[in-house]
Amino acid sequence: MRQLVVIGNGMVGHRLVEAVRDRDSAGAWHVVVLGEEPRPAYDRVALSSYFDGTTEEGLRLPDLTARDGVELRLGDPVVAVDRARRAVRTAGGSVLDYDALVLATGSSAFVPPVPGHDLPGCHVYRTIDDLEAITADARTATTGVVVGGGLLGLEAANALRLLGVEPHVVELAPWLMPAQVDEGGGALLGHLVTETGVTVHTGAGVAQVVPGADGRVARVRIGEGESAREIPAGIVVFAVGIRPRDQLARDAGLELGPRGGVAVDAACRTSDPAVYAVGECASIDGTVYGLLAPGNAMAEVAADRLLGGSATFPGADTSTKLKLLGVDVASFGDAHARTEGALEVVLNDAPGRRYAKLVVSDDAATLLGGVLVGDAAAYASLRPLVGRPLPGDPLDLIAPGRGDGGAGVGALPDDAQVCSCHAVTKGAITAAIAEGAADVPALKTCTKAGTGCGSCLPMLKSLLAESGVAQSSALCEHFPQSRAELMQIVLATGITGFTELITRYGRGRGCDVCKPAIASILATQGGHILDGEQAALQDTNDRFLANIQRNGTYSVVPRIPGGEITPDKLVVIGEVARDFGLYTKITGAQRIDMFGARVEQLPAIWRRLVDAGFESGHAYGKALRAVKSCVGTTWCRYGVQDSVALAVELELRYRGLRAPHKIKAGVSGCARECAEARGKDVGVIATENGWNLYVGGNGGFRPRHAELLVSDVDHDTLVRYIDRFLMFYIRTADRLQRTAAWMEAMDGGLDHLRAVVVEDSLGIAAELEAAMARHVAGYADEWRGVLDDPEKLARFVSFANAPDTPDPTITFGTEREQPVPAGPVSLGMPTTRPHHVEV
Amino acid sequence: MTVATLAPDRTWIPACPSNRLAAERGVAVLLPDGRQAALFRTFYGELYAVDNIDPFSGAAVLSRGIVGDRAGEPTVASPMLKQVFALRTGACLDDPEVRLDTHPVRERGGVVEIAAAPDARTRT
Ligand code: SRM
Ligand SMILES: Cc1cc2nc3c(=O)[nH]c(=O)nc-3n(C[C@H](O)[C@H](O)[C@H](O)COP(=O)(O)OP(=O)(O)OC[C@H]3O[C@@H](n4cnc5c(N)ncnc54)[C@H](O)[C@@H]3O)c2cc1C
Ligand code: SF4
Ligand code: FES
Repeated sequence: MRQLVVIGNGMVGHRLVEAVRDRDSAGAWHVVVLGEEPRPAYDRVALSSYFDGTTEEGLRLPDLTARDGVELRLGDPVVAVDRARRAVRTAGGSVLDYDALVLATGSSAFVPPVPGHDLPGCHVYRTIDDLEAITADARTATTGVVVGGGLLGLEAANALRLLGVEPHVVELAPWLMPAQVDEGGGALLGHLVTETGVTVHTGAGVAQVVPGADGRVARVRIGEGESAREIPAGIVVFAVGIRPRDQLARDAGLELGPRGGVAVDAACRTSDPAVYAVGECASIDGTVYGLLAPGNAMAEVAADRLLGGSATFPGADTSTKLKLLGVDVASFGDAHARTEGALEVVLNDAPGRRYAKLVVSDDAATLLGGVLVGDAAAYASLRPLVGRPLPGDPLDLIAPGRGDGGAGVGALPDDAQVCSCHAVTKGAITAAIAEGAADVPALKTCTKAGTGCGSCLPMLKSLLAESGVAQSSALCEHFPQSRAELMQIVLATGITGFTELITRYGRGRGCDVCKPAIASILATQGGHILDGEQAALQDTNDRFLANIQRNGTYSVVPRIPGGEITPDKLVVIGEVARDFGLYTKITGAQRIDMFGARVEQLPAIWRRLVDAGFESGHAYGKALRAVKSCVGTTWCRYGVQDSVALAVELELRYRGLRAPHKIKAGVSGCARECAEARGKDVGVIATENGWNLYVGGNGGFRPRHAELLVSDVDHDTLVRYIDRFLMFYIRTADRLQRTAAWMEAMDGGLDHLRAVVVEDSLGIAAELEAAMARHVAGYADEWRGVLDDPEKLARFVSFANAPDTPDPTITFGTEREQPVPAGPVSLGMPTTRPHHVEV
Repeated sequence: MTVATLAPDRTWIPACPSNRLAAERGVAVLLPDGRQAALFRTFYGELYAVDNIDPFSGAAVLSRGIVGDRAGEPTVASPMLKQVFALRTGACLDDPEVRLDTHPVRERGGVVEIAAAPDARTRT
């Protein structure tokens, strides 16, 4: 077996190893990866999401050592390459022989040599270590200066903002992001960025970083002559550009590119045929690309060559689409109209906050490139058209209201690239769909499309929608509408009954899919869920207001808001469980579950509980479950806010709220997060100044951490945003879609959600709040409602003809001194229709 | 009557007053031999009874399932693991190997009655 040594465990080095392993089925190569950073490869493109709450683990790329024949040695950089001996030496003194070597050392941030550039408080923005250092320094800073107004600089400015530091951006060019956007787009961009609270200084260079008395950064002097001025700054981040890390190659005598970088040919081979270079350290055709897509393409080429293939670098797509500070920016193809005779079609809609420019060939027949600022929805459908005939009038393509993101994808030829990050063509995606990939996550897994910058996701959705096999959004055979559409129909028509709804908008008599979903929609309109016809819509759990268990008995979970309970109430639960012979268990959600109640026992059990002041815990419903709390300032020496009081308040506010799926929440009194709030749909974490709100987390089958929606808000703002968030979810999510999946499927994701909830971009906030207010005012305990209604009570019988005879098939044994099911129970893992097993 | 010619010795058990059997909301009935039936009235007023024991879980729960239809065929879904059964034939529409017993049902003088023994046609 031959040994392949890879220097650098960044994104491209990682991709190269994956590509070698994918192709090397015969096991020709043993791969050793040597990385300088102490941690395994992570998603540098998504680095900024670290400040939105994504953890290091969340950024991590798939574990290479899970694959056969890969050895990963981290935290030990290579210091020399001996080409004559075919060996490398690391800082730690290891020497490793290679048969082939790949340089994937990436680049480093360029720091301009202005006076003071290396003072404490000066940073660059490239690694997780950099972000940790920035976070630490941001604690003491009130304002910060970002040097460089390009893509990285704006990301850094947003990071400072999220860290509570007021950012200033200094850019030498007359407008922001000069590499990607033109003057018109730059003007709007500057305007929109300023609105987000970033102070923009364009046409100004940094002259000096000035220290304070403590020797740390204190001010930044910018501009010259007349316009020279100083900005106070507790922190400075340089983001002016990158330099390929080619020192090893230089020392080893390899040829370099005209502007630095290791020179490689179209096979990604350096001047030494045993040595390849890929990614940002490589200079291919004289160009060093600072983007992931060309790097990945090089990784694929080098891997192919290592296994005897003959792939060549296909050329690079430098298109970008970004969301910076909530502002959409996209640039693709010949954005600056450098092609001979190129014409421009511009739509500059300042009041509409959008700028769009298309660059077309001199005969206006071919699309060459474009720039979009403010609204980049059209990017996904425009980018693949570059170099191809225009489907119609160019102005139509950028006209307002047109940007559906995926339009026109059907018209694309199969070889058009849909995902530029991973060079996936439309053909590859339609083939995957034909082979059974039925949704976006499946496409991500089998084609890698959509796993880079994510800007192709709307296209993936359109392709799914356009292909015959795509799942329709119909609820089931009885309703052609989606849950969200039915919700809108109910809201608009005021229909209150299932029969009316299915007669007017569906067909047949419904099923176990549509009935509970519609019961949930109707429940948001008020009334008891077991009133009249509604009762027949409910799953057994909702019908008996208890969770069915494997032997046909039920569990009983009274609400214990925030997990706080008096000794007297604890005694009541103990007595009830003892008197009815129930098995008891503390649940994973800070409450107590009593198991083994027969259907005819439920009213008597609940009578006792309701009389003692308990109410339904909705453990049976697609509804708010529990709001978990920690002890916060009440007891904990670290607590900074009263987490118990807030948890209790939130649980009482949202109790009984019916939703597409269950909703869980948590409130922690400080950043130690003992309530595991970030594992909940709604997570609140106390800060010195107020509360941070996280949304879209869950445990369960696919654990996901909640993401930061807003930070440091006061109590009333917090509650308002949670009201809006929950109602927006209830109105628009699919059936059985938890908040995490709902957000994942949302166009524009977290940013869009933030726009709707925080900035009220859809103008519906007032209505959402009013709907929540109606819910809060209309809440009544469901169990009390049953106990007070003889007709409903009469349904809680074992047999219609023998109401008090216990079901003879239910028998109990004893385990650890408690009753457990015995008798004819034959449940195992379900084998038929497993997707239906949700309660 | 045809019922008489098909099953001359059929014993009818009163299940419940007619007004206790609401449309699409089943009830369980205890039979003299200790077996149980799940009794349903569809939206269109047809009466059906099938074995109450869900063959997939062994639990006596089918009367608590959701009543609806699949392509027009009236059905009940087991509340346990959601397999769907045709009310007319007892056939499991998700697993051709599985079939429930069905029981003849009739309504007399404001009472719903169920045959004590399952339909011979579907007896297993
Ligand atoms: C009782 C309890 C286990 C325990 O003894 O701790 C439990 C029991 C059940 N869970 Fe759970 N879950 C319980 C806490 C949890 C937790 C922990 C938590 O809430 O902090 C989780 C992970 C957190 C989360 O939901 O994000 C959890 C994730 C699930 C899931 C997976 C949800 C997902 O999004 O993937 C299901 C299945 C589902 O809902 O479709 C589920 C479904 C169920 C069902 C309803 C399964 C069923 O069909 O019968 C169980 C009902 C038992 C009953 O009758 O009460 N249970 N379940 C816990 C009740 C908490 C409560 O007081 O209400
Ligand atoms: C904040 C940020 C946002 C970005 N956003 C985008 C975007 O939206 N779209 C896009 O296309 N691109 C984006 N990029 C650029 C993209 O991340 C890079 O193009 C890509 O990561 C390059 O991968 P690479 O493997 O070549 O280099 P890197 O990811 O830099 O990896 C090189 C690795 O090699 C290690 N190394 C260096 N020298 C040695 C040595 N001697 N021995 C051992 N190890 C060594 C380094 O420590 C590093 O871990 C962004 C970059 C940043 C920093
Ligand atoms: S759903 Fe699974 S994990 Fe939850 S209680 Fe039941 S068996 Fe346990
Ligand atoms: S284009 Fe970036 S992930 Fe597909």
